[in-house]
Amino acid sequence: MNRIAQVIDQFGRSVLRGVEEMGSMLLLLISAIGWMVRPPLKLRLIFKQMEFVGVKSIFVVLLTGTFTGMVMALQGYYGFRMFSAESLVGSTVALGMTRELGPVLTSLMVTARAGSAMAAELGTMRVTEQIDALYVMAANPVKHLIVPRIVATVLMLPLLTVVSDFMGIIGGYFVGVPLLGINEGAFVKNITKYVDLSDIYNGLTKAAVFGLILALVGCYKGFNTKGGAEGVGRATTEAVVLASISILISDYFLTAIMF
Amino acid sequence: MIELVDIHKSFGKQHVLDGVNLTVEQGKTTVIIGRSGGGKSVVLKHMIGLLKPDSGKVLVEGTDIARMGDRELNEVRKKFGMLFQEAALFDSMNVAENVAFPLREHTRKKDREIMEIVRENLHSVGLPDVESKMPSELSGGMRKRVGLARALAMRPRIILFDEPTTGLDPVMTEAINELIIRTQKDFNLTCVVISHDIQSIFTVGHRIAMLYDGKIIEYGTPDEIRASRNPVLVQFLSGNLEGPISVL
Ligand SMILES: Nc1ncnc2c1ncn2[C@@H]1O[C@H](COP(=O)(O)OP(=O)(O)OP(=O)(O)O)[C@@H](O)[C@H]1O
Ligand SMILES: [Mg+2]
Repeated sequence: MNRIAQVIDQFGRSVLRGVEEMGSMLLLLISAIGWMVRPPLKLRLIFKQMEFVGVKSIFVVLLTGTFTGMVMALQGYYGFRMFSAESLVGSTVALGMTRELGPVLTSLMVTARAGSAMAAELGTMRVTEQIDALYVMAANPVKHLIVPRIVATVLMLPLLTVVSDFMGIIGGYFVGVPLLGINEGAFVKNITKYVDLSDIYNGLTKAAVFGLILALVGCYKGFNTKGGAEGVGRATTEAVVLASISILISDYFLTAIMF
Repeated sequence: MIELVDIHKSFGKQHVLDGVNLTVEQGKTTVIIGRSGGGKSVVLKHMIGLLKPDSGKVLVEGTDIARMGDRELNEVRKKFGMLFQEAALFDSMNVAENVAFPLREHTRKKDREIMEIVRENLHSVGLPDVESKMPSELSGGMRKRVGLARALAMRPRIILFDEPTTGLDPVMTEAINELIIRTQKDFNLTCVVISHDIQSIFTVGHRIAMLYDGKIIEYGTPDEIRASRNPVLVQFLSGNLEGPISVL
């Protein structure tokens, strides 16, 4: 009896904590939006973050996109060959990349690269009192630290996703046409036939939402870090895990709404 | 003028401040002394609204900042400068940008003018050649002096110093004390200084307050403090192991 009560108690606590955390994150987002619309916007800081989140992620995104497209073509080929429908490989790769894998994999890579860095950087600033120093100098940390990161990530993720989509299709093409000998004309024709512009748009919208999620979670975890170097480590891990999970869960709901 | 009225503050189960009453007089330097870990930094952070008391009032020029919203608090903070115990320099910016930060934030001065002020302030803390260095490339004492330059850059009316001379060599300690005394006098500033350096508290401070056991147990002019018979204070100033303050 006691054991059961304990388990329920534990469960209730973690649910409450989760709800509380979501509430605080929402409040942080609202405050960030409030600062976004209040000039002056810190353009220099936004550009710096865009470089970090966007430009410096291009290589990983390029690589993951290409190989994802390649492996999809390979897997698709063996499946479609059973029905002699190899020419559909191209459109499968293209649809998979634009709708799902482009935005999701890009966001997960950027979470690992930049979301973690946001948590670590803000966490360090918290534990070394740099955030307090901002307050003391009457400079709002949300405006200085969080708004640039969120804006930059939301802007850059769709762009990175375009890179990923494109490279995935190219990768698929190279595996499909020269390597596996699928007819080039059919491969390309099916892509243009089955992939709508809306598939691409929706995928890019997803990417922007994921960007918002990963930046918000990274900033939130970093901003609320407690307890020295260990706390910074914990914040970083939690940010990556929570952002990744949130991206995958919200992906389901976004997909359900969009397609 | 800053007035702390019956401030209580706990962190979890630990009661750090247990009814602190302290008046920081306008245009004077008040030194706070007390044991390491006794809550001096916590007191200082209450004065600028970084920490909110569990109960009690923090009156800055008559208004209670403990119950203020962010926007109002920001306005009040513009009157303040603060040196953090660990300097709290922005490690993404170099030294010059650190010192320039408040000027860029709150003034419309031209870049050239700002750099002039930066140079002047760094010079006054004895750091003429470090402008383009990053904080991680500085020693602890140098970082602290950059923090000092940053706190002074805006010429605020109230400055809070958390151990401005800890970790500096004796000569530099003297120089920084001189700097604090001179700036205080020249601009008629209200200063609060936390210090462990018994010699300099008597030269820097117009008023000295001793924090012990979560309360201000003694307050007075340097002469009054020297003459005090309070056994805690006597033991603290003499650094004696025997007495009411138990160390181990
Ligand atoms: N943000 C905080 N969260 C939890 N505990 C805190 C916090 N800030 C301070 N404390 C605790 O309050 C007590 C007083 O800390 P404070 O930093 O004010 O000491 P201090 O008098 O400045 O010491 P020192 O002379 O060593 O700097 C310490 O025991 C510390 O553990
Ligand atoms: Mg301290």
